[in-house]
Amino acid sequence: MPTSATERTGHTDPMDIARLAALGRDAGGTGEPDVLYDRHGVLVVRVGAVVVKLHQADREAGPALARRLDAARALPGIALAPLGPPHRLDGRAVTVWPYAEPVRPEAPPWTEAGRLLAALHRSPVPPDAPPWGRPGRVARVVGRLAPGTETDVIRRAFAALPAWIRDGTAPPDDGKVLIHGDWHLGQMVRAETGWLLIDVEDLGVGDPAWDLARPAALYAAGVLGTDAWTAFLDGYGPSPHTDLWAALDEPARALAIQIAATCVQSAREEDRDLDDAETAMVDACARIIRA
Amino acid sequence: MHCPKCRGVMRTYTRNGVHIEQCDNCRGIFLDYGELEALSRMEATHHAPPPPPSAPAWGAPAVHHHHHQGHHRPHHGGGVFHMLFST
Repeated sequence: MPTSATERTGHTDPMDIARLAALGRDAGGTGEPDVLYDRHGVLVVRVGAVVVKLHQADREAGPALARRLDAARALPGIALAPLGPPHRLDGRAVTVWPYAEPVRPEAPPWTEAGRLLAALHRSPVPPDAPPWGRPGRVARVVGRLAPGTETDVIRRAFAALPAWIRDGTAPPDDGKVLIHGDWHLGQMVRAETGWLLIDVEDLGVGDPAWDLARPAALYAAGVLGTDAWTAFLDGYGPSPHTDLWAALDEPARALAIQIAATCVQSAREEDRDLDDAETAMVDACARIIRA
Repeated sequence: MHCPKCRGVMRTYTRNGVHIEQCDNCRGIFLDYGELEALSRMEATHHAPPPPPSAPAWGAPAVHHHHHQGHHRPHHGGGVFHMLFST
């Protein structure tokens, strides 16, 4: 969610900002509203010490989301606790949070990230915890791609994924631990007590490999440096798997394809060529087809 | 076996496959033929950098060959920023 001031598209209705700000003031926030994030149908407004998030229209709201927020509330020191239950605005979910500092891009806390995810994966699973959000995103972003050379490579790599990932359905063995479900560096904030996870809309029971899949995909593609990847794994601690990549392979493939598709889509929308890192992700898709 | 220096009793210890005789009395150590070399090798391995982390079959060539640390250092701009910081 909050990443940087550049995360704006400017297409948002000013009324939405005003309504989110009003909810923020109800929760004790003071001062002028500041838009932290306005992209991909998500709007995040800060009012002093309070942050209000308007979720994407197609994301779950109501009891299902409330259960995930309850799970986050039961993870002190691991996840940021929401300020109250979710609201609704024109059918869309709205959640209210205390403000905390996002990760500075020039100093990614890889070791702390690994440690935080390991702590989450060791946490007791609440009896009513829902299954995690499922890997539906990869199918959604690949499905939106227009025809083209790069998109052809991405689509062929996607077609080689197991059916359950392509369909976003329940996997054969989904694991028995609590996972974040959509982890990246933008999903951590620094509170007074230390780093905490945010954006828990996919939080639930699943295979922990999915939480490591994004940095794994970027490392495998040659985009993430060895130092960063090693620091992340060191923070995570000993893996229960003797062969780490046997566990990471499928989730990392899915994420590499998802990231490549997102990059190609962004480049098209901005009418520009792919940069080196984005090209590396498409190249990874080409190798996935052959592997 | 008795200590060649003080005639104390030598006790045998095995550490990482290397047999070491140590005198209970003067703490002197007796190494068999080749054991000093074995210890030196172990020390060298201990100080060597850890092996690079593994990568999947579809990993980039640079990841597999692992030329040197920081070869593909990420430049946190543009595409990389979004890959690391957004869904």
